Amino acid sequence: MPIQRWTLHLLRLLFPPQVLLPDIVAIDIGLTVAVIVIGVYLTRTRRWGWLWHEWITTVDHKKIGIMYLIAALIMLFRGGVDALMIRSQLIAPNAHFMGAQQYDEVFTTHGTVMIFFMAMPMVFALFNATVPLMIGARDVAFPRLNAISFWLFAFGAILLNMSFSIGGSPSAGWMSYPPYSELLYNPGVGENYFLLSLQVAGIGTIATGINFLVTILRMRAPGMSLSKIPVFVWSALITSSLVLFAFPPLTVALGLTMLDRVFGASFFTIAHQGMPMMYVNLFWIFGHPEVYILVMPAFGVFSEVVPTFSRKPLFGYEAMVGSLLAISFLGYGTWVHHFFEMGAGPSVNVFFGLSTMLIAIPTGVKMFNWIFTMWGGRIRLTVPMLWQLAFIPTFVVGGATGIMLAAVPGDYQYHNSYFLIAHFHNVILGGTVFGMLSGMYYWWPKMFGWKLNQRQGTWAFALFVSGFWLTFMPQYFLGFEGMTRRMATYPAGLGWTTLNLWSTVGAFVMGAGFLVMVYNILWSRRYRDWDVTGDPWDGRTLEWSLPSPAPEYNFARIPMVQSRDEWWAMKQEGRTDEVKISATTVHPIHMPRNSAMPIMLAFAFFVGAIGLIFAWFWMAILGGLGVIAALAYGSFADYSEVEIDAKHVLQTEAQLGRVES
Amino acid sequence: MSTTTSTLPPEFQDNMESIRIMGFWIFLTTDLVLFGSLFAVYVVFRSLVGLGPTPHQLFVIGPVLTETLILLTSSFTCSLSLYSARINRVPGAIAWLIVTLGLGMSFVLLEIHEFASDVLNGHTWHQSAFLSAFFTLVGTHGGHVSVGVGWAIMLAIQIGLKGLTLTTRRKLYAFALYWHFLDIVWIFIFTVVYLSGIA
Amino acid sequence: MTKTRRAWVFPAIILFGGLLTPGCGSDYVVFHPAGPVAQSELNLIVLSAIVVGVVIVVIWVLWAYVLIRFRDTPHNTAPYWPHWQHHRVLEVMVFVFATVALVVVAIPTVHKTYVLDRIPSRHPLVIDVTSLDYKWLFEYPVQHIATVNYFYMPTHRPVLFQLTARSPLSAFWAPNLGGMEYAMPNRVLPLWLEASHSGVFRGRNANFTGIDFWRMTFMVHAVPKKTFSHWVSQVQAAKHPMTRATWRTLLKPTVTPPLRYSNYPSWTFPQRPTAFTVKGLEYVPTKNP
Repeated sequence: MPIQRWTLHLLRLLFPPQVLLPDIVAIDIGLTVAVIVIGVYLTRTRRWGWLWHEWITTVDHKKIGIMYLIAALIMLFRGGVDALMIRSQLIAPNAHFMGAQQYDEVFTTHGTVMIFFMAMPMVFALFNATVPLMIGARDVAFPRLNAISFWLFAFGAILLNMSFSIGGSPSAGWMSYPPYSELLYNPGVGENYFLLSLQVAGIGTIATGINFLVTILRMRAPGMSLSKIPVFVWSALITSSLVLFAFPPLTVALGLTMLDRVFGASFFTIAHQGMPMMYVNLFWIFGHPEVYILVMPAFGVFSEVVPTFSRKPLFGYEAMVGSLLAISFLGYGTWVHHFFEMGAGPSVNVFFGLSTMLIAIPTGVKMFNWIFTMWGGRIRLTVPMLWQLAFIPTFVVGGATGIMLAAVPGDYQYHNSYFLIAHFHNVILGGTVFGMLSGMYYWWPKMFGWKLNQRQGTWAFALFVSGFWLTFMPQYFLGFEGMTRRMATYPAGLGWTTLNLWSTVGAFVMGAGFLVMVYNILWSRRYRDWDVTGDPWDGRTLEWSLPSPAPEYNFARIPMVQSRDEWWAMKQEGRTDEVKISATTVHPIHMPRNSAMPIMLAFAFFVGAIGLIFAWFWMAILGGLGVIAALAYGSFADYSEVEIDAKHVLQTEAQLGRVES
Repeated sequence: MSTTTSTLPPEFQDNMESIRIMGFWIFLTTDLVLFGSLFAVYVVFRSLVGLGPTPHQLFVIGPVLTETLILLTSSFTCSLSLYSARINRVPGAIAWLIVTLGLGMSFVLLEIHEFASDVLNGHTWHQSAFLSAFFTLVGTHGGHVSVGVGWAIMLAIQIGLKGLTLTTRRKLYAFALYWHFLDIVWIFIFTVVYLSGIA
Repeated sequence: MTKTRRAWVFPAIILFGGLLTPGCGSDYVVFHPAGPVAQSELNLIVLSAIVVGVVIVVIWVLWAYVLIRFRDTPHNTAPYWPHWQHHRVLEVMVFVFATVALVVVAIPTVHKTYVLDRIPSRHPLVIDVTSLDYKWLFEYPVQHIATVNYFYMPTHRPVLFQLTARSPLSAFWAPNLGGMEYAMPNRVLPLWLEASHSGVFRGRNANFTGIDFWRMTFMVHAVPKKTFSHWVSQVQAAKHPMTRATWRTLLKPTVTPPLRYSNYPSWTFPQRPTAFTVKGLEYVPTKNP
């Protein structure tokens, strides 16, 4: 009988009532079917080997970038569905489309997925796809570490996403403040999923930060001084250094909460003199720089897109770089503005309020500089440029409401209300997401070799942006009407009905925009419009000097950089032949060898995380041993390289028409 | 690749290896921020003793002083290992590395003994926020030292198998950086946690 | 035909009605202050909205102008400056513009933050507020009465709320009277509010604390001084004290209707307030009934 009882206990643990809701079971079945179909397809077309050799074990930054991008789009879908569920629940007063528990789970996963598993990988997708190409490097500084970062992120995302079918989703909000996130209020494994999935993905993020910092500082082409690198690379450099200082406090905050929950420590509990405030501080010491980690790459993308499509160099390069540095520096001194209402006293509040306002100065400078870049140019309305053009008027509203929020006594009325919700969606969507989508459309030809259809892209853009305005502008007013965030539903008679209805309509328009974008991608893949020039936009920076997609070694010949927009200068001065090679100048190229170690390591982390989530310590130890084994394997198998011989390089380049006669 | 006139050690003359050393430095800064956060937690939580013991009641200086001396000595032997590698003596490098990891192990054992006696006296970290912060901060350092010991074992084997190649030299250098870093962190633990707790 | 047309009328009214009247209805609680704190905060909100509004308009206008003027069309006669990338005076002007706009917001922000921290009375009415799971408990240490999910306060007299929690972090928010403050376990935080006219106002918990958190509301009855004393004596006369047993029921995670108690045990609120920042009090109130 004990076996029977043990099985029953296990089943109850894995499948608590909240994962047996009909909609979740339906999704489970759908996912299972999808996995089987994909498996059968891969077997039928004999692609397992291809998948393993070309993608899973790859250390090529371009392929890793593509995998990040696909993962980010899938997560955008998942987080978007969560968002639509939230908006459906709020479409009318007293709606019970979902129970309160499920609603709590949905907004928690919406926030977590969107920040950590959509926005971050989207940023890293663009870093990976472009940064080495822009600085004239053949790969990142640590290619295998780059693959480890990706797989850690991927398994973190899998962990969070499996929570809703096995064990139950987290439900304490994406910030998961204790003591609500402690065992007393939040029994069950959902919160553990949150803590461990972010921890696993967070290790990968730190590794990415180290990787890109070193890459940009040490791997640039000769002649490319720091004052000549494109502003997008500057943004990658600054973002990476922000990651290094922002993520360890998150690691500590999550780790201590895990120690409380799984190992019975007393950091943030109510009993034993725990101090929840400490978590709040640690979380926002991470959380506020995180906002800039997300938005600075978008600033970088716009600093590339605007000059290209205005046919003018960026206005005020020094001011643009300086303001990025200023923002990153000030970004560390503002975290208390997330909790002015926690009794820190007027002097502390004033300090952090003013430091927050200071950030508006460099941001304002950037806004004007983009406009001045367009001034006296020739603006082409391509899809990447459209996203940029939507960004300026949108983001300025988000920034402006940010200043209103920084005015401390005003914040006493806005805090946790829908005004705040509208503000941060305004900056994260209007900044990061618009920026990343702009970058995606901009660099898509370079990543895949074919272009995305412009007309469909314009439709997706128009739907998404108008849906965005319709969704979030009413929410500012809902805040003034006293509606607070995370309400599972609301009574009638408070005047909230109409604005919520508008907001929901807008959200569905945005969803339609996303679907058109997916259609756009699939259609453009079906009827491929190959980019044979390698320079479809008449670009300015080095990545456009390469064929699309770039060969695995990127540059057959590392360029000697002379000016800031090097490729533009080459075109202007008729030096474009400099990128070509000849039989006499070609050398063999050393590239890093593919490795199975990254996915093994990440899988070991995954196993260990599952062990901690369910408090199965034997499994956690097993995972830990797996980590050690993978590291040892990686250490003993020497850091191996493959040599691409000169003949092969010459052949490849000849096919691309890049050999001097 | 390498210029013979340079006085730099071999692992710095190779471009890729020096890039890897830079990467390790940057990793150490993230680790520093991690410890910084834990120190901040400890300093705030130091007075939150609840019904548990205060730092003054908990700490015994004797074993901690021994731990400190052991770790400082191991830093010295670690440098000797690196020095042997620089003058191309494989046996010396391995031997001093083994002495280092032996000292590291005895440090970890002493710390485990200290923790175990606290727990046996009923002072688990469940008892108060202070104890949670104490065990976590000191334990994280101890965990780092344990990882370092494992690393040193693998490194000794690798140097034994492959000799002093560019790669093993670089790994030994990175290990030395890591070990000195842990030493510095321990100095802070010794003063911020133990000395100011006993005083 | 007419039927389908009529079917559109009602949703259309709902959709457009709400957009045309923002800020006018009394539903906009933040725009209808009932006391000096909320009024002062609203003034700052309006001022900052005007300043950032100017910035928004400037950028929108520039943006629209650039977009119209410098399009890449065959017959565009606008100048083309392919090398224009620096203008020191312009860059300094932008910097100065942003700084001036900020200073206009920053000065009243600093001033008001300090002013709002000083309670304008040496003898305010003290109400001890405890956030329990899905209900608010209000205790009057001087009057020795307690209420749940509603309370009375006299007009024209500052009220000092001492906030704590026996629940996860909650935020006490009565927008008509003023902004919010967190209620946290193991701590007592102060908040002062005042009503300048009588009325019944809605308040709620503004921080997520669990599945029924959205039902965690309370009503504030601001009444003239006489009515208030009358109400206090009424509650005291009801002879329905809070006992250990009632306290235990209150601690359970439930949503309750409004309740009132003629007396309460003093240990239900922490003895010594911590982290007090409100200035101007003659004494730091303690719990000695």
